[in-house]
Amino acid sequence: MIRVQAEDFDVGQELEKLSDGNHGVGGVCSFVGLVRDIAGDKTIEAMTLEHYPQMTEPALAKIEVEAHDRWPLEETLIIHRYGRLEPGDRIVLVAAASAHREAAFEACHFLIDWLKTQAPFWKLEETPDGGQWVDARSSDGRAAERWLTDKPQDKPQDKPKGKPDAAE
Amino acid sequence: MKILYFAWLREKAGIGEEDVSPPETVTTVAELVEWMKSRGGGFAEAFADEGMVRVAVNQEHVQTDHPVAAGDEIAFFPPITGG
Repeated sequence: MIRVQAEDFDVGQELEKLSDGNHGVGGVCSFVGLVRDIAGDKTIEAMTLEHYPQMTEPALAKIEVEAHDRWPLEETLIIHRYGRLEPGDRIVLVAAASAHREAAFEACHFLIDWLKTQAPFWKLEETPDGGQWVDARSSDGRAAERWLTDKPQDKPQDKPKGKPDAAE
Repeated sequence: MKILYFAWLREKAGIGEEDVSPPETVTTVAELVEWMKSRGGGFAEAFADEGMVRVAVNQEHVQTDHPVAAGDEIAFFPPITGG
């Protein structure tokens, strides 16, 4: 499910909807992006998000389809705001619901990494020195590339019941 | 064909969107960019560093060798900074 909107969203309510009525969901993983008040050494007073309306939803839909293709997911959610936001405001929510946690964690991570290089948004920061457009970061490009090489050939297998993970 | 500009490209070009009719010799994105730069003004400045310009044709990310045709919607924008 995808929403591109100016209005704020309620994280708790949105996450509840992901598993509402679907008791096959064993895990929900989420990421919330927020506006910070500092970028490098500059104070940020506000940030305006511009987007390409005709392309935003199709681009996010493609990302969602890719996630469902790679991992066994019950539901995914991407909400991305546009317009003028202030420090502390929520910008984006991505979430993935799955039977088991590994798919939910990985899909959630993939959704935000992929969104940061594929979804047509641009940020204009308001600083004491005036407006300045944010530069894309090479770290975002590398984060997205990680998912190219890590692409699983098959969907993850369910773990046998009662067998603890090595990490636990 | 319809051309859209976003973010600082729009500011440098001085325009958000326009309809253009390039000559028949313009068949790819790269050729379109060259033709638009030849018009001078804000366009030349907007495209001065082509490495900083990304392109979508009909709402799909493309490379500069992608074909363009009458009726297409071509968007030029800086590298994306959403999320």
